[in-house]
Amino acid sequence: MNELVFFINKVLVSGSVLGSVYALGAVGVTLIFGILRFAHFAHGDMMTMGAFVSFLLAAAFAAIGIQTPLPTGFIVLPFALPIAAALALSIDRGFYKPLRDRGVRPVTLLIASIGVTLMIQGLIRLFFGVSNRSFFENEAKEIFRIAVIGAKRSISFSEPQVLLIITTVVAVTALHLFLTRSRLGKGMRAMADNADLARVSGINTGEVVRATWIIAGSLACLAGTMLALDVSLKPDLAFNIVLPIFAAAIVGGLGHPYGAIAGGFLVGFAETLAVFNWSSVLRPFKDVLPDGWTLPSNLSLVPTDYKLTVAFVILVIVLLFRPTGIFKGAST
Amino acid sequence: MTLIAASGLVAGYGGAPILNGVDLEVEPDDIAVIVGPNGAGKSTVLKAIFGLVAVAEGNVVFDGDDITNAAPDTLVPMGMSFVPQEFNIFTSMTVEENLEMGAYIRRDDFSETMASVYDMFPDLLSKRRQKAGELSGGQRQMVAMGRALMSKPKLLLMDEPSAGLSPIYMEQVFEHVQRVNRAGVCVLMVEQNARRALAIASKGLVIANGRNRFTGTGQDLINDPDVAKSFLGG
Amino acid sequence: MSTGDNRRDALLIAGLGVIIVGVWLWLGSASTIQLMVSAVSYALIALGLNVQWGYAGQFNFGVMGFLMLGGYAVVLTSFPVNEAFWSSDGPNLLGRAIVAALLGLALVLAAHRVDRIGIRGRAKVFVVVVAYALAYLGYRSQIDPATVLIESEAGFVGGFGLHPILGWLVGGILAGIVAYLVGKACLGLRTDYLAIATIGIAEIIRALLKNMDWLTRGTLTVSPLPWPVPTALETGIDDATLSLITARAGFLSLLVVLIAVIFVLLQRAYAAPWGRMMRAIRDNHIAAEAMGKDVKARQLEIFVLGAFLMGIGGAMLSTYVQLFDPGGYQPINHTFIVWVMVIVGGAGSNVGALFGGVLIIVAWNMSEPVSRLLFQQLDTLVQAIGWAGIPDVDARALQMRVFLLGVVITIALRYAPRGLIPERIRRHEDE
Repeated sequence: MNELVFFINKVLVSGSVLGSVYALGAVGVTLIFGILRFAHFAHGDMMTMGAFVSFLLAAAFAAIGIQTPLPTGFIVLPFALPIAAALALSIDRGFYKPLRDRGVRPVTLLIASIGVTLMIQGLIRLFFGVSNRSFFENEAKEIFRIAVIGAKRSISFSEPQVLLIITTVVAVTALHLFLTRSRLGKGMRAMADNADLARVSGINTGEVVRATWIIAGSLACLAGTMLALDVSLKPDLAFNIVLPIFAAAIVGGLGHPYGAIAGGFLVGFAETLAVFNWSSVLRPFKDVLPDGWTLPSNLSLVPTDYKLTVAFVILVIVLLFRPTGIFKGAST
Repeated sequence: MTLIAASGLVAGYGGAPILNGVDLEVEPDDIAVIVGPNGAGKSTVLKAIFGLVAVAEGNVVFDGDDITNAAPDTLVPMGMSFVPQEFNIFTSMTVEENLEMGAYIRRDDFSETMASVYDMFPDLLSKRRQKAGELSGGQRQMVAMGRALMSKPKLLLMDEPSAGLSPIYMEQVFEHVQRVNRAGVCVLMVEQNARRALAIASKGLVIANGRNRFTGTGQDLINDPDVAKSFLGG
Repeated sequence: MSTGDNRRDALLIAGLGVIIVGVWLWLGSASTIQLMVSAVSYALIALGLNVQWGYAGQFNFGVMGFLMLGGYAVVLTSFPVNEAFWSSDGPNLLGRAIVAALLGLALVLAAHRVDRIGIRGRAKVFVVVVAYALAYLGYRSQIDPATVLIESEAGFVGGFGLHPILGWLVGGILAGIVAYLVGKACLGLRTDYLAIATIGIAEIIRALLKNMDWLTRGTLTVSPLPWPVPTALETGIDDATLSLITARAGFLSLLVVLIAVIFVLLQRAYAAPWGRMMRAIRDNHIAAEAMGKDVKARQLEIFVLGAFLMGIGGAMLSTYVQLFDPGGYQPINHTFIVWVMVIVGGAGSNVGALFGGVLIIVAWNMSEPVSRLLFQQLDTLVQAIGWAGIPDVDARALQMRVFLLGVVITIALRYAPRGLIPERIRRHEDE
């Protein structure tokens, strides 16, 4: 039983948490790619920026003495999301739209997004310094433990982790309803499918582009804040995971939101499973091993140091063999 | 009263102009067909009217308004629709969603229009929940036309609707065009399949080297020996 | 090329010269020479990227990986021989791991050909996957004990104690070999996919070099790497400042000579039929292919050439600081900055790449002292008003350069998309 609990903690909980963050990020990346046809490299830093917006709001809330049973960083989200969306819109207006209007190639926009990444990172470091910050300096991070009969350990996860998974489910459901039920959402899918025909049909493409930035910016803020609540807040919070996020988006097929969600969880679980030490699960069977066989102390697929590398390898392999994503054919 | 009139159109994609002064006049109940050799600029006429190609000289008047170089998203609400030759459906969306996209600019209840489109193309009704990309070539063309009709246009522009279709479907397309026209929509189309298209045309235009060469009713042009020799393959 | 253009270029280069003289007057000789060593090495790296992007339109965002390979090559070639490793059982175990790796490779290659004996479709995929798994497990079973032994008994494998300049050459070759493999697999991808793939590959290279402690000492870093010219201590000059200046000046002169030679060779190649063919391929892929050019082979050739130059540049940088620290490589400092150099300099123009390389390194390194000065002034100002001072002025000032780099990219893309010294194709080639 101990072994099962260990597996649940190490793989199921960590994988779902990581997968949720990747999924939320990858949806934004994939929507932007679908509508504007470029790889938005600054998405990771938009997540970090969103987390800092929430951090500032949480500090303001704490200063005026608002306290709730839930973490303040989570309570401020309804205020942080619109701010992040507005920031995303102004980034587009200021840096990408002028280039788009000139009709540049997608890769020029990719380079511009790297410029935006550097500016956001530079500004954050300039104002907040490079140290780690915590949302839980003045409140406790609640840890839930579920005791399992017959096991010494208990299944444990933190409050932010539960909130992260719940908000991911809510956000994904809301996005699904938006894309399949609302006029603007369908227009967005139409433009991702065939931008010329969307224009010919009279769809206001500028409006669709703005909606895309609002959604991508809000989801980035959500993902960044939840990630910072789970770990801690630092200027390179999400810059380091922008490639796994791209891996998730590419695994799901760039431009396909549902693929991106699946890709996010796939990459998240691949990472946790790859570094999981299987010998701990196999320990109960050590008595039945043939004579002379011993269980090695570490039976993980790759050493823990290579956890993120798993995502890079997935990224490169998928790009080389299935650049349109691994779900091609199964869904669109 | 003339529904759409263009005079002295000069237009192109930046380099040398493709159109060098094209005139046309189409009445509200017409099926007007533009024919001519490859590269004569037939499709460019439609694109210049619909604001997809910049007009350098001349002007376009639609329903009394000057619409020269107006953008598509202003023309659709005015009552104009365009069916491109290729990539004219949203392949990843269902048939019904394709039709809804045609009605994107409409804020009113468009269920009646949708019912009339299903009436016109009964094949589509049973496939309405299917992805448009999974349909056959002829059915795709119906989706494309249906989408364009959803905005209740007065004028439907069609770029080679029969291109790439098998003969049976081709015949169907021409029937559909006539049905659409009988429902009160003016059709202006470009066709490669000149003889067949002119047979249903109330007005025909022959364009070559970016200029008008002949104009008349469809039947006139078919009977004109010069047109027949040079443009209809004898 | 009009005389107006020439005059503009000359003015820009003269302006950069004035800035460097200003830096020299402010910081003194030793620091300025150090800055110039870095600038010149990066100029070579920018030349490498210009070959790939400017000549052939290849979006290599994995510059960092090639710099790391160059840096590691110096360790392997010129770091002193590690007797502890060679006298241990390490070489033997490592040999076995290499044999296991080769056997695994053979197994995988064989598995890819099972369709010849009638195994196709899903069955073939299954066989291939099993072959990869077996090859990986076989390699791991041999390499794991080898790394444990090497790390505990000898630290790491060490180098061969050869001349550093040979190390630079090995750096170029190593980067070139990896570029060949990467290019073979990836160059068919469309531009932005290629960019993402190369970023990913550079991260994989970084992860490997950072974590293969038995090979690279990982985060423990390797130093001191030997210099190709006498170091300050070896000059025999008693005066500390003078010996430092002499040693650094010697290093810089060596670099300048090498880069001048490489530059002249590149310029000649670019003006030759080879260069015209490259431009033809870049500007019109399909037409060039239709004319019977072997586009794929030429693309690969140019990707390898660019990476070769990057490898040499990376080797030079490590040699100069006498340190190989895999943890010190960052995409910002080692990939994106090189892109800024080429964009600002002008894609397709070698003079532009050199100019951009020197300009951006000077700006990158000078932005810290300049912004510290600014911040200190600001600090005094706000304190004079009576507000609280700015905390950690120094740490914040350092971050200014990341922001500056972003601003430079944005401005360049928007207002000078062809660069400061753009590519100018001569209309009438009198050859």
